[in-house]
Amino acid sequence: MEPVLTRNIGPERCPTNLAAYQANHGYRGLRKALTEMSADDCQAVVKNSNLRGRGGAGFPTGMKWSFVPRGDACTPGHKYLVCNADEMEPGTFKDRLLMECDPHQLIEGMILAAYTIGADIAYIFIRGEYLVAIQRLRDAIAECYASGYLGERILGSDFNLQMHVHPSAGRYICGEETALINALEGKRANPRAKPPFPQVSGLWGRPTIVNNVETLCNIPHIIDRGADWFKTLGVGEDSGTKLFGVSGKVNNPGCWELPMGTPIREIIDQHAGGMRAGFQLKGFLPGGGSTDFLVPEHLDLAMDYNVIGAAGSRMGTGTMIILDDRTCPVGMVLNLIRFFAQESCGFCTPCRDGLPWSRQVLEDIENGAGRSEDLETLAYQVKYIGAIGNTHCALAPGAMEPLQSAMKYFYDDFVRHVDGGHCPYHNGTGAR
Amino acid sequence: MTQQPIQTDLNSVLSHEEIHAIDAELSHVPYKSGAAIDALKIVQARRGWVSDDCLMAIARHLDMSAEQLEGIATFYNLIYRRPVGEKVILFCDSVSCWISDCDGIKAKISQHLQIDYGETTTDNRYTLLPVPCLGACDRAPVMMIGDELITDLDDARIELLFGAHNEARTD
Repeated sequence: MEPVLTRNIGPERCPTNLAAYQANHGYRGLRKALTEMSADDCQAVVKNSNLRGRGGAGFPTGMKWSFVPRGDACTPGHKYLVCNADEMEPGTFKDRLLMECDPHQLIEGMILAAYTIGADIAYIFIRGEYLVAIQRLRDAIAECYASGYLGERILGSDFNLQMHVHPSAGRYICGEETALINALEGKRANPRAKPPFPQVSGLWGRPTIVNNVETLCNIPHIIDRGADWFKTLGVGEDSGTKLFGVSGKVNNPGCWELPMGTPIREIIDQHAGGMRAGFQLKGFLPGGGSTDFLVPEHLDLAMDYNVIGAAGSRMGTGTMIILDDRTCPVGMVLNLIRFFAQESCGFCTPCRDGLPWSRQVLEDIENGAGRSEDLETLAYQVKYIGAIGNTHCALAPGAMEPLQSAMKYFYDDFVRHVDGGHCPYHNGTGAR
Repeated sequence: MTQQPIQTDLNSVLSHEEIHAIDAELSHVPYKSGAAIDALKIVQARRGWVSDDCLMAIARHLDMSAEQLEGIATFYNLIYRRPVGEKVILFCDSVSCWISDCDGIKAKISQHLQIDYGETTTDNRYTLLPVPCLGACDRAPVMMIGDELITDLDDARIELLFGAHNEARTD
């Protein structure tokens, strides 16, 4: 496969500066858009490409952009484009690579997205711990201002755009787009009620689009080479390529750009080198900590949004976490629920009080103090905390996904903990 | 004799340079409290943490109540409302690192440095804090020491990093 998103990223992972980026057709898509295409033309190409958001939800990007009011429908004032670079989903390590190694690809994607929706101010909201990426993006933005890719009258057109890097002060919930907007406004990062949707009333009450890093990195290629080309990249029903990753007890943990629709077995066996000696695959989270477990019977499924959805999980971020046969599934779910309980913003009761309750029940089971009725309690929690509509945002329902699927596929493990009065994976010694 | 509580003159808490940096942020936001997080970070970058006096001085400068700013400061895990050591260890204990036995690694760090989460070594060199997934799961377990990401942690690496800590302290 011809690399697209990673075409400037070699095994040594050196950063690409402006000259190197331009030498490999960088900013060609932007030149094309600003000289030959209207904003409506760009909108049509992105919509026709069937690009879906790579942050986890998989919402069609062109459709998201189409909700931004344009022309006479928009009251005078700023419009904003925000890049969500707050990569914090447990087990996800793809956006760091794109930003550290090819910052100009993201910036070009953002300029094109801003041109399409009519934004004049763009922010990269990036987690504060990504210090290398923050510096490289700032350096790249400075190169762009000096070269006429950012600022006033970009490349001689009448399009203006300011771009800022905004390092975050932490918290997982900032990845939720309305919480992110509150954080950008200097507030606590509680998610907002929707509607109004950010496309209409977002940052400072103005139309705002929030897109994931990887989503935006696709834009220059789609504009440059067209929607039909982009659709041919996928080997299944979805368009384009995707950064897929594998972590856990495999021989070669890593992150690779592969066609959308690549079978899970190929990703784990070929690219990740299969399971390490002495470890068997027991299950996996296909796309980060808030996705449902799948099991070996699902290995031949394609990594497409709808295929993984039909199997009862979500493709999420496309970075898989492997559960091996020597790691305790209850312990793994406990780790995840502990994370989500810690990261609840505290706004709504099912999340603020429900997740610590789930954590307590799981701790009891893992520590050998579980009772059989605890399994009913967990099922009750899954039912009521996991239901979309009972909570203010998707954090708590996301937290319930690994729990409900662990109880579906690894129920015997829960029972063995309760019946035996200890974690069978710890041999009763506390050591894993 | 009754002791008078010491009143801090909030106008003199922040340096001119800090106020100048905060005012530069104000030009980007439509109302003052929009720069709250930036202001907290500006002060923390220079002092290591945000004291009560600093918090109240920032709140006054931004025309906010101290309580509102405290609600923001305590929400974000990278804003420190207590003093921290010279370097903060951000230790990833999320799922991929957990599968790679980060609990064992953390126990080793705690043993060497004699601190648990939220604590600072007696020589003030390190503060240990947990952090959400650091996005380097292919190189798990990982942590940050100050600005540096350290990957592929094992007992030997921890020994190398912190093994001399207690000896150094007695010098």
